[in-house]
Amino acid sequence: MDWLFAIIAVVTLGSAIAAMSLRKLVHCALMFMVTLGGLAALYLKLDAQFVGFAQVLVYIGAVAILIVFAILLTRGSEPPRQSILSGTWVLGIGTAVGVFGVMSAMILSSPAVSREGSPPAASTVRQIGDQLMTRYVLPLEVVGLLLTAALIGAVIIAMCDREGE
Amino acid sequence: MDQIFVTLKHWLVGLAPGQCQPVLSALLSAASLILGFATLSALTTLLERKGLGRMQNRYGPNRVGPCGLLQPIADGLKALTKEDVVPQSADKVVHFLAPIVLVVPVLLALAVVPMGRNMTALDADAGVLFFFAVGAATELSVFMAGWSSRNKYSLLGAMRAIAQMISYEVPLILSAVTVIMAAGSLSTVGIVEAQAGYWGLLPRWYLLTPWGFAGFVLFMIAATAESNRSPFDLPEGESELVAGYYTEYSGFKFALFFLGEYLGLFAVSGLGITLFLGGWQAPLPGLDCVPSWVWFFAKLLGLIAGFIWVRGTLPRLRMDQLMGLAWKFMLPMAMANILIAGLWRFMSTGVTRWSVCALLVCVACLLLGGAMVERKQLAKRTYRYAE
Repeated sequence: MDWLFAIIAVVTLGSAIAAMSLRKLVHCALMFMVTLGGLAALYLKLDAQFVGFAQVLVYIGAVAILIVFAILLTRGSEPPRQSILSGTWVLGIGTAVGVFGVMSAMILSSPAVSREGSPPAASTVRQIGDQLMTRYVLPLEVVGLLLTAALIGAVIIAMCDREGE
Repeated sequence: MDQIFVTLKHWLVGLAPGQCQPVLSALLSAASLILGFATLSALTTLLERKGLGRMQNRYGPNRVGPCGLLQPIADGLKALTKEDVVPQSADKVVHFLAPIVLVVPVLLALAVVPMGRNMTALDADAGVLFFFAVGAATELSVFMAGWSSRNKYSLLGAMRAIAQMISYEVPLILSAVTVIMAAGSLSTVGIVEAQAGYWGLLPRWYLLTPWGFAGFVLFMIAATAESNRSPFDLPEGESELVAGYYTEYSGFKFALFFLGEYLGLFAVSGLGITLFLGGWQAPLPGLDCVPSWVWFFAKLLGLIAGFIWVRGTLPRLRMDQLMGLAWKFMLPMAMANILIAGLWRFMSTGVTRWSVCALLVCVACLLLGGAMVERKQLAKRTYRYAE
């Protein structure tokens, strides 16, 4: 556990907690972006450049902006009157602790932990591309087709309204 | 001469003790990037005002120093000494952070642009992806500025800006994909190297292929929209929104927004040069003796001049025209362009390949453009973007 990892972990966890507990919804969304950025930094620290950059591009660039838009276009950004903790918070914490316990138990008992540090696999972008184009080509094509269809569908939905008037 | 900056840096780094050498090297690169591009943006403000002045039949700044050359310094001092007004109802923290969130990622994006042979501050394996990833933070900053000001003009400007940036980011990235396909690399340095060499007298830049030309035009249009410049400057339209998302900014924070916008322009132009104009490669075989960084900055200034020219020439678009252009023309065109680039890759070299691809680009462009013109009927304008 080195200091860089410690800083990233503290920032990520702290912003995640803040994202749940701040009163203004927009502040929560901004804090959530810090969390996502922290995750990206963690990927980068693990030498996974591609995943890290893709995380920033997709989550901060698209998902977070979508959340912000949703906040602005729906309820407005006034802080809620009542307490932000709902009545069932005890149950919620219980569930969270349970899930965390099960997951950490599974991870600790898995053979991957006991395996001595595997050789540092320098996974370059080229390797990822090769894998995507050979072994995982079918999922890639399906996802590509789906996303293109969604994109064209969105344009068509936006275009059609005028004829209905 | 070519490697003068690289040698200088190596010499400076060599003076330091062994342990701090990596840190010092990174610091030197960052400092030279910030200094160089901040100076360039100061110069560009002057060039822009002078150039626009010429186009609009007036002098432009001509009072400070010879021919107004010291105007940027005067502007900088003015911005630094002005009172920093923050609205009382503003969200102070977010209001303060917004300009920083704009400038820092833009500087990061500049780091992956190769400015000369061996002159890339960060030679990342996925450089192009890095560029687009940090570029995403610009939208965030615009939102933060607009929302925290507690001013409806700011918020409206921010909403317009984000909608515009998201719409034009799609064609921007899709037009860059063609180059990534052709070069077979996501690294900016690799892309520049893939464009080395000459076809006779012509350089092997991607601009000189049919899909590259179409991609370059699409890329530059999308880049203009991404950096909120005229004719896509609706988010900050003075006559409609006062100044858009930075209405409530004054003093140095406003200057930071200005700086961030210019730096963003340099960054995206630099990427355009890297992708389509052969980066730092010389345009003619005999001109290799000129240092590579001279070529990069010459191309950069050329593109900036183009931006200024466009700004002085075209009127501002309407919001529905803006969105229509992005989704009905640029997006399908960029997709067709990807197909054409794929075809280019699988056909054998020769005149046939060139003419077939050029024909396909023209047909796609004419069909899409024709579809856009046909659908336009003269009727009462309906605005449905902010209902």
